[in-house]
Amino acid sequence: MNIIVCLKQVPDTEAQIKIAGDAKSIVTDDIKWVMNPYDEFGVEEALKTKEKFGGEVTVIGLGPKRVTETIRTALAMGADKGILICDDAADGSDSIAVAKALAAAIKGMEYDLIFTGQRGVDDDLGVVGASVAEFLDIPQLSLIEDVEFAEDGKSVKVKRPVEGEVLTIESSLPVLITTQKGLNEPRYASLPGIMKAKKKPLDQKTLSDLGLDASDFGEGARKLKIVELLSPPARSAGKIIEGESPQEKAAELARLLHEEAKLL
Amino acid sequence: MDFNMPEDVEIMRTTIKKFVEKDLEPISQQVEEEARIPDEIVQKMRDLGLFGLAIPEKYGGLGLSTIAEIIVYEEITKTNACFRSRIGTSNGIGSIGIYYDGTEEQKKKYLPRVASGEWSAAFALSEPEAGSDAANIKTTAELDGDHWVLNGMKHFITNGDCAHLFTTLAVTGKKESGRSEITAFIIEKGMPGFSIGKKEKKMGLKGSETTQLLFDDCIIPKENVIGGDAMIGQGFKTAMRVLDKGRLTMGACALGASQKLLDMCVDYAKQRVQFGKPIGQFQMIQAMLADMATEIYAGRQMLYHAACMRDEGRKITREASMAKLFCTEMASRIADKAIQIHGGMGYMKELPVEMFYRDVRLYRIYEGTSEIQRMIIARDLLKD
Ligand SMILES: Cc1cc2nc3c(=O)[nH]c(=O)nc-3n(C[C@H](O)[C@H](O)[C@H](O)COP(=O)(O)OP(=O)(O)OC[C@H]3O[C@@H](n4cnc5c(N)ncnc54)[C@H](O)[C@@H]3O)c2cc1C
Repeated sequence: MNIIVCLKQVPDTEAQIKIAGDAKSIVTDDIKWVMNPYDEFGVEEALKTKEKFGGEVTVIGLGPKRVTETIRTALAMGADKGILICDDAADGSDSIAVAKALAAAIKGMEYDLIFTGQRGVDDDLGVVGASVAEFLDIPQLSLIEDVEFAEDGKSVKVKRPVEGEVLTIESSLPVLITTQKGLNEPRYASLPGIMKAKKKPLDQKTLSDLGLDASDFGEGARKLKIVELLSPPARSAGKIIEGESPQEKAAELARLLHEEAKLL
Repeated sequence: MDFNMPEDVEIMRTTIKKFVEKDLEPISQQVEEEARIPDEIVQKMRDLGLFGLAIPEKYGGLGLSTIAEIIVYEEITKTNACFRSRIGTSNGIGSIGIYYDGTEEQKKKYLPRVASGEWSAAFALSEPEAGSDAANIKTTAELDGDHWVLNGMKHFITNGDCAHLFTTLAVTGKKESGRSEITAFIIEKGMPGFSIGKKEKKMGLKGSETTQLLFDDCIIPKENVIGGDAMIGQGFKTAMRVLDKGRLTMGACALGASQKLLDMCVDYAKQRVQFGKPIGQFQMIQAMLADMATEIYAGRQMLYHAACMRDEGRKITREASMAKLFCTEMASRIADKAIQIHGGMGYMKELPVEMFYRDVRLYRIYEGTSEIQRMIIARDLLKD
């Protein structure tokens, strides 16, 4: 089975995010960049599927040169090949444009399965997976926490959590699956894996290599414009309920929830 | 010299960081109390390749550069120090003598087992009468036909309980000068007349076993001299080369622990409120934090610089001693301040600060005390 995993590089979830002077972007100077955690689930699932059915795992990323570190991490986990779409003209592209570029890179390849994260943990839009499927005209299964292939590897049954219930969906291949937390526990990039990854192929492509028109990309071509970034409001101090007995405190809590918070 | 790390080294750093956060840190306290690392964690270390760091690829290891190895040690000492000790003793001082001076046959026989983590290794030099004065060992080895017979004892040997292979130094003769002629041997667990003695009770590094080794007419094959017959009487040089390399490792451990302590202090200084404000707003706390960070910056530059020099093939005797001396003394100062910043909580076992305080104290003692490092540096300065 040939599997493609789309990777996004995002700020480490522990990184302190500071809004830049333009109020539309973040300060990237001291940021540690990591693989989007949802994409890690995709890489892990792809590797498990390959271990069962054979085939090849290709990882594709888009972004500046530093994204090679994320691609190499996936190669170190066990993926076979990497592609980085790296083009200054793509800087500042919105999700639709990113999906267009990824789809263009995937189009000429042989594949049965594509994984993307259900969203990037940076701007949390969740648009790329569905858009890639749309551009490639293949079915899309979103927010999946369990993937099971038919014995012959020709179809797939997946589970998606919905409001406390589980929806089971079946699809033919090829298909695009977006990953949800709980799908698996991603493996580490082991040290021997990291050494091996240095010798694995990692191709770099520009937009024109993919037959794309640079004017459809970048800041100027955005359909979705960021108006302003705001920090979340500072959390106000909590309130400690005083009282002689637990009963008295509970009564006071109920009163506050009713009268002040208006929740009851 | 520029410390922009290669991509693979950065990926390694990330892997170790995650391993520390997800697997090691959650059991650190358990390891401290039970004084042992669970088997499944040792297995995870094997799976990650941690037992093969600097051992060349040809012998089943990773062939890491010194700088890559330093980064791995720096990250892995941000938790309980015994995890690093388990790995580093095995593929460092325990076996590296075989890599430096062993015969091809010895390398092929032992290094792959150590690199895979199937076997652990230990380094047995110290004795009751030979600490800093390492050449004063009394354990003897006599050739008797096709085997050597060892008699004597070693003490304070890390990994004594879990090692399968012991790089062991013993006296094999006298030089004209009257000094002992020392030879390095490979001793395997279970060889006749070899046994593990008392387990030491220590101030720190609780999860790492330190034991005596006893040799009572211990019989080992003739070919177990590291480097073969040509190296009989040359073992002290092997031992010194082994310790030379270990100095950077010790520096890296001290650096990792220091950074972790600083990070904990910064968090605590932001959270802990006294007199109506976070203690981080008091100038005296700020001064401690600033001094800690400044020392760490200096220590890191020294260590990375010495590591890069070694990777360029340059001689680093003086620099390695300086980096070990500075980083390990720094770690003690920083641990002391870290307890001060945490106040009473720093003294309690609930937080790991007091564990770091006890653990980093060791770095100033083993693999050459601070005084011995100063001696090496001064000798190098004063030589003609
Ligand atoms: C936890 C632990 C693990 C260890 N693991 C190992 C191991 O795996 N293998 C191994 O072989 N050894 C090991 N050691 C032993 C360690 O290397 C020695 O403890 C160390 O070299 C110091 O020797 P010593 O303890 O005999 O102290 P001493 O040499 O007696 O030193 C006492 C004091 O005198 C000072 N001193 C000595 N000579 C001089 C001098 N010429 N000038 C100025 N000051 C001097 C020292 O710096 C020190 O302050 C371990 C020790 C510990 C504590």
